Amino acid sequence: MRSLWEALFGVGPLEPVITIQNLHYAYPPLTAGAEAPPVLKGVSLSLSSGECLALLGPTGAGKSTLCLTLNGIIPHLTGGTFRGEVWVAGQDTKESSPGELSQRVGVVFQDPESQLFNMTVEDEVAFGPESLALPPNEIEARIDEALDMMAIADLRHRSPLALSGGQKQRVALAAMLAMRPQVLVLDEPATSLDPAGKASVLEAILRLRRETGMAILWVTQDTDQVPLVADRVLLLAEGRILLEGKPKGVFAQAEELRGRGLALPQMCELARHFNEREGTDYGWLRVEEAAHDLAEAIGG
Amino acid sequence: MAEPAIELQRCSYRYEAAIPALQEVSCGIRAGTWAAVIGQNGSGKTTLAKLCNGLLRPDEGRVRILGQDIAGQPVSRIARHVGYLFQNPDHQIFAASVWEEVSFGLRNLGFLAAEIEERVEEALALFGLEPYADHPPAMLGYGLRRQVTVASLFALRPPVLILDEPTTGLDWGATQVLLGRLAELHGAGHTVVLITHDMRLVAQRAQWVLILHQGRLLIEGPPRELFAQTELLARVSLNPPPITRLAQKLRTLGMRGDSLTVEEFYRDYAAVKGEAQS
Repeated sequence: MRSLWEALFGVGPLEPVITIQNLHYAYPPLTAGAEAPPVLKGVSLSLSSGECLALLGPTGAGKSTLCLTLNGIIPHLTGGTFRGEVWVAGQDTKESSPGELSQRVGVVFQDPESQLFNMTVEDEVAFGPESLALPPNEIEARIDEALDMMAIADLRHRSPLALSGGQKQRVALAAMLAMRPQVLVLDEPATSLDPAGKASVLEAILRLRRETGMAILWVTQDTDQVPLVADRVLLLAEGRILLEGKPKGVFAQAEELRGRGLALPQMCELARHFNEREGTDYGWLRVEEAAHDLAEAIGG
Repeated sequence: MAEPAIELQRCSYRYEAAIPALQEVSCGIRAGTWAAVIGQNGSGKTTLAKLCNGLLRPDEGRVRILGQDIAGQPVSRIARHVGYLFQNPDHQIFAASVWEEVSFGLRNLGFLAAEIEERVEEALALFGLEPYADHPPAMLGYGLRRQVTVASLFALRPPVLILDEPTTGLDWGATQVLLGRLAELHGAGHTVVLITHDMRLVAQRAQWVLILHQGRLLIEGPPRELFAQTELLARVSLNPPPITRLAQKLRTLGMRGDSLTVEEFYRDYAAVKGEAQS
């Protein structure tokens, strides 16, 4: 699958598929003549194909704004003040239309209703591939695959608007997957999903990365899940990147995260609780890690 | 024993779909309880909430709020007793400014101008919305739009508060603020019902948990008892929070295995460790 990707797009694994350099952005002011405060203040990052990057940050940090720069919605449809560079799959977003970029970058928003508008789930998922003028059997194959990946094949002929919140979210994801983008941007995709839905989204993320080499930028507040999936973690606050690194390293900066209003994985909280009282040096992120160490501590 | 704040008797409700959204659900939430309603997407949680505030009326069965049957009562009257926070803030936001939005319920219920002013200012301050008082709420980010709806509910302070996934889209800091305010209201005797998928939150706060499954009440009880039923939970794709799962894994080492919080887990661990060393 990966070689197919390379053949199609000429981007191999571990080459940056997203490069952002010193990006500054402010939305247009609400009243003419006024000056809008900048939302992004010098953001630089890169994301390689096959990589899953978790983006953490408090409300108002600029996370959703950053997502919208990747598919060209910013600045093409929003206007505003845009400085710096955003490169996606070798294209400068300033030089490409959102339409072109939508074939490279799929964005799934927090609120799935904002992006569902077709009469049936099938039409919703077919919409993107049809707009690429693919042959009918290819479109059919992509619909089947995307519905299977999100485990919603049984909803195929239902109206998206009559579904529950979590089901809608899965339809929105399936619609993006059917485009087979090189970059999938998930802006808090699992917030309204039940635990089973969350698990299926995570499973889909892991599988997509494994099978397609898709790069994934995952905005989330669910820090219990981050260590299970993400290769790297970024903390964005007040328009700047404050921390970046592997999950262990970033979650070790508990004070900084807490100070910025972010949750810690519960196992990380437990480790801190132990370290303060027992003088230990635990750095757990997962239940299994804690179970292993504590079984040893009690048994020994 | 306190009277039930919410009482459903064999309530059924069907949208247009063939399958009923709720089937013969009977339950009672005592006044002053902090309750949680959990279950899969589509299990009927939101439908249950909307029966309680009169937005939906049961096809069969009765709904009593604070002892009164609400059949035939207009929604505006029920709103004096039951405040409801929608899952999606955009389903309730409509005003031209944040100030208007937050004051709407109070104006509607005929509060005096001075009282309205005081409560709105207080609610805006509580949720960090003062800088946005004149902004159109629809232009704010998702997290802030959510805060606007929460502030509207707090300005009203009804005896029963039903919040449909209130922490969705809020960061941890904002979630803690919201939970702190809810705890104050709960402490003052308000009934709080949270519809949520966040099992950490359920474990930490809820006194009573209802699990809905395919439109029926599967089981209800205190969180400690429900989280111990791992097979039942797995059947409906629910998982206890990480700390409870850890405790369950370590039960073989002599731990109680039912911790709901980090603090509880540590106390249990320290006791077991102390015994092992003596």
